[in-house]
Amino acid sequence: MKENFTLEKSNKAVPTEKISGSQAIIKCLIAEGVKTLYGYPGGAIMPVYDELHQYQDKIHHVLARHEQGAIHAAQGFARISGNVGVAIATSGPGATNLITGIADAQIDSTPLVCITGQVHSHLLGSDAFQETDIVGISTPVTKWNHQITKAEDIPKVLAKAFFIAKSGRPGPVLIDITKDAQFQEFEFSYQKCIEIRSYKPVPDIDANKVKEAADLINAAKKPMIVWGQGVILSEAEDIFKAVVEKTNIPAAWTILGASALPTSHPLNVGMVGMHGNYGPNVLTNECDVLIAIGMRFDDRVTGSLDTYAKQAKVIHFEIDPAEIDKNVKADVAVLGDAKATLTQLLPLLNTNNHSAWHQLFKDHYKIEYEKVIKNDLEPVKEGLSMGEVLKEINIQSKGNAAIVSDVGQHQMIACRYADFNITKSNITSGGLGTMGFALPAAIGAKMAAPERDVVAIIGDGGYQMTIQELGTVFQQKIPLKIVVLNNEFLGMVRQWQQLFFDKRYASTEMTNPDFVAIAKGYYIDAQKVTKREELSDAVKEMMTTDGPYFLEVCVEKEDNVFPMIPSGASVSDIRLE
Amino acid sequence: MEENKTYTISIYTENNIGLLNRISAIFQRRHINIECINTSVSEIENISKWTIVVQLTEERMKKIIGQIEKQVEVIKAFYHKEEEIIYQESCLFKIKSELLFEERQIQNIIKDSNANIVTVNKEFFVLERSGRAEEITLLYRELKPFGIMQFTRSSRIAVTKDEMKIRKMLDAISN
Repeated sequence: MKENFTLEKSNKAVPTEKISGSQAIIKCLIAEGVKTLYGYPGGAIMPVYDELHQYQDKIHHVLARHEQGAIHAAQGFARISGNVGVAIATSGPGATNLITGIADAQIDSTPLVCITGQVHSHLLGSDAFQETDIVGISTPVTKWNHQITKAEDIPKVLAKAFFIAKSGRPGPVLIDITKDAQFQEFEFSYQKCIEIRSYKPVPDIDANKVKEAADLINAAKKPMIVWGQGVILSEAEDIFKAVVEKTNIPAAWTILGASALPTSHPLNVGMVGMHGNYGPNVLTNECDVLIAIGMRFDDRVTGSLDTYAKQAKVIHFEIDPAEIDKNVKADVAVLGDAKATLTQLLPLLNTNNHSAWHQLFKDHYKIEYEKVIKNDLEPVKEGLSMGEVLKEINIQSKGNAAIVSDVGQHQMIACRYADFNITKSNITSGGLGTMGFALPAAIGAKMAAPERDVVAIIGDGGYQMTIQELGTVFQQKIPLKIVVLNNEFLGMVRQWQQLFFDKRYASTEMTNPDFVAIAKGYYIDAQKVTKREELSDAVKEMMTTDGPYFLEVCVEKEDNVFPMIPSGASVSDIRLE
Repeated sequence: MEENKTYTISIYTENNIGLLNRISAIFQRRHINIECINTSVSEIENISKWTIVVQLTEERMKKIIGQIEKQVEVIKAFYHKEEEIIYQESCLFKIKSELLFEERQIQNIIKDSNANIVTVNKEFFVLERSGRAEEITLLYRELKPFGIMQFTRSSRIAVTKDEMKIRKMLDAISN
């Protein structure tokens, strides 16, 4: 039978040798350039761990404290580096513990390859010890998945896995490998996959569409750009900046698009969405051309679709054809990789200044500053605000840190106020909103970019969902900075309870342990800040400490995050208080 | 609001384990009932052809086609309106043999409906009919008063009146 995919052609005669399936797995990973793995051993994956032991000098396996920690670390690794993150786990509970991270990677387009062990093939379907149908379970949350029952399939399936995970719109791939396939010996050779006949990762660019888009942009009086993670995934930051600067169009970002254009760039007008900035949200409904680049009109971005940008012509630059017209109808859809389409677009664009239009953004910023930002960054009340902690981190890191946030109020504050000078610096669980993401993701991020400052910003709720990964930080000696903004509440849920459920604080108040003692229990330097005058020195000490550091900041218990577009409301109805 | 209509979906895919799960999940997560589903070989070796019937608005139909095509092992997906296809379903009736001889009317029904007798033995006979959904429903209604021991009908299979727009793609694959 003809293969339905193409492997890289090798000029040399491919040397073959007879090796075990598990050794083949390691050799495939090495051939794909994998140097770091995140995982947790167990019965059905033991042959692979045995091989990992032999290959310690080539592949560094990071032992997490829970498989969810392993996969979030792989996600952090992938998000900051752009490379495929690899997680490995055993069958049954090991595999199911990966699911949250896989779903997170699917919705946030993160390239991952997950390898799970599986029971012997003759036991499949027999309810064997630690057997789960992980291929069935993971199907709706993977870009692709596959079960291997014969060692000889390992090289080509893993080659496909890496190709699929990384190409086009990236995503997670899960490969389940039975234990007998790990033991079997076969003649091994490896070539990378370069094509799959049923899979077209990047659509062809229609030059007419690029021209149509350029004409609309050139004729626009009040154009606005909203960019998303597509700019980062296609590494289009430079050409994107050139487009923005040539046209002078105000550009706003989705949460995952943050950092593709520096925060301080004069044409960066802030974040759109539920807790985004006032100007870009309100003016979405006043622009005449809305230029969406590598974003998918998530409901947290658009609010009510019935009242979203109805006055505007919408241009949608997008790699995934299924996103076109999914939520917002595009007047012009430009399919393709963002870097490629923007490169074709740039020479067709006219220079412009749009100064009156810019003034509107400035006016809205002033309003937001007076009503919200001033209180967040320069609070006069006694309790500390989350915003002032971010401000202090900005000062100490000079805006060069990668910020890994968890989910909730602190996440919105981090995204709103962190300074980003460098791309791929905002690592957060955007689509799935996975509490417990930040600590393990920061581990992966720091390992992928050891030269950078990586600061995890976490709430007291989410921190306790994966707090066990402090063990990983300690064992691996990862010089990570961990900041817990402790308001003794599940803050975002409490905020909704206050605003929409008549202050019935059902199960959102937390009685917390001594976080500093816990960190110290893992031999991590730690301190707790309760007063404003201690904050600056504490952040400075954290940032200048060589090893890992834990900082707990006790913040005002019942602060709310504003602006806010209430769920299902229009972007125009954004509330400032 | 746009009305639900019957659409027939054709999908060309690789023949791989697990793809059924992946495709059906697309409908399940949107709370859409699959009216019927058929997978078979296609005109190209090793390529499967799926025929799925659903009732949806056209807007949702388009979005679902996008989600189906996005799957790595899907080569191409189309949706068709009723008037754009030639389709057939088939059905089997198991009926007591004595009725065949005692009820003259049954013989007429069989003759008029172009149904075929697949087998006859002392106890029962099996009747087969292929046709459009409403033809099969009509035959069922006509035979029901006499007593049906067993009845089953197949999923829809369909070909399009116009050329499928992936002819070239499929040719490239088969060469």
